[in-house]
Amino acid sequence: MRTYKPKDDVQKKAYYTDRFYVAPQVPKSDVESDEVFAKDLEAIKAKFEVLDAYIQVEQMVVWIKPEDNYGVIELMRDELEYTQLSELSAIDFIAQRDEFEIFYQMLSMNKRKRVRIKMSIKNGQAVNSVEKLFRSADWSEREMYDMFGIVANGHPFMKRILMPYDWQGHPLLKSYPLQGDEFAAWYEVDKIFGKEARDIVGPELRDTSRVDRYDSTRFARLGHEVPFGAEVKGDEPVTEQSYQEEGGVFLVKKLDKASSVVVDDPQR
Amino acid sequence: MAQHKINYTQDGGLPVALTTIDKVANWGRSNSLWAMTYGLACCGIEMMAAGASRYDFDRFGTIFRASPRQSDVMIVAGTLTKKHSEFIKRLYDQMTEPRWVISMGSCANTGGMFNTYATVQGVDRIIPVDLYLPGCAPRPETLQYGVMLLQKKIRANKAGRAQKSKRLM
Repeated sequence: MRTYKPKDDVQKKAYYTDRFYVAPQVPKSDVESDEVFAKDLEAIKAKFEVLDAYIQVEQMVVWIKPEDNYGVIELMRDELEYTQLSELSAIDFIAQRDEFEIFYQMLSMNKRKRVRIKMSIKNGQAVNSVEKLFRSADWSEREMYDMFGIVANGHPFMKRILMPYDWQGHPLLKSYPLQGDEFAAWYEVDKIFGKEARDIVGPELRDTSRVDRYDSTRFARLGHEVPFGAEVKGDEPVTEQSYQEEGGVFLVKKLDKASSVVVDDPQR
Repeated sequence: MAQHKINYTQDGGLPVALTTIDKVANWGRSNSLWAMTYGLACCGIEMMAAGASRYDFDRFGTIFRASPRQSDVMIVAGTLTKKHSEFIKRLYDQMTEPRWVISMGSCANTGGMFNTYATVQGVDRIIPVDLYLPGCAPRPETLQYGVMLLQKKIRANKAGRAQKSKRLM
């Protein structure tokens, strides 16, 4: 018998999750089916150990060992004409097998082919920087460090790129909450006003489904504005918008709509 | 006996007008609201449209300045990220008194659709806001209407009195 789960708060769940869901897999085909890729793979296999290789969506995916990444990408660039590193990042598989997958997406304009170099590293392990080979890896590796906390050894400026330098945590980890941890929630208050101001500023209002009928004290209601903090009765008069109220000031006459003429004819 | 007698008490007499200091000061302040160029996201595009020839902010005396020291009103147009939050405070502090803040659009009001770790949930957590404009993004007409409301608010205040900040630490 399956374990009982209370269903009284089932309406509050944002998404329906299927317990038996199996993520669809993109079909893989053999590398031999494409002769350009087959030659490239032979060249890589001659020098480095290839754990797995296949073709997915007309792109070759090559799994290598993490310590070979610099050598493989150098070989791809100098001998196999893959002259662009278009993307580099990591994928979080910590919950499944305590690993990160790192991919290098490479493009050859001469061959009109794309190759994805992939490797698995353990959680906490560092990778070799490929910034010496491709300048595009500079910011990508900084982003990888910022978002996942994976350090690239040999990088000239291994600092955060998107989040502030004094940020704590790595936001693209699957364990990181979308709405932030406590550090993130109070970041700007702590930094600008200090921790003692938390009580004065108050916590963030994060509940998107929260309806407060007094919201209109805080937000302008076009045509029926109320001052800040005033009680809203619902029968506020329409705000008459004119250039100068109460007769205006000297030299500037109040625009009287009744006595003014609207010119419709552009030729007049 | 002078043939053309001047009636000092009527229009067309001597060019003298009597008014109060408050009214003059407020008239000057409200009709030369120099706004800070502060487009943070897509609301900035609408703010630019409001400043360009079709909607024409210059009619209101609202001219965009690239320096906080020359501006009176800060139109926070767009998403305020947590990384940027210290700079909005710094820019606000550099503006001279009297100064006003318009929070333009959902993101600046409440964080809007960006219910995430990186977005400040409302710019009023950092600086006091005078006017909240709803919309995502508000149209240029809304911004102009907001500026006119702000002018009205300025004229309703006593000019000599220092502005009371809603929340300032």
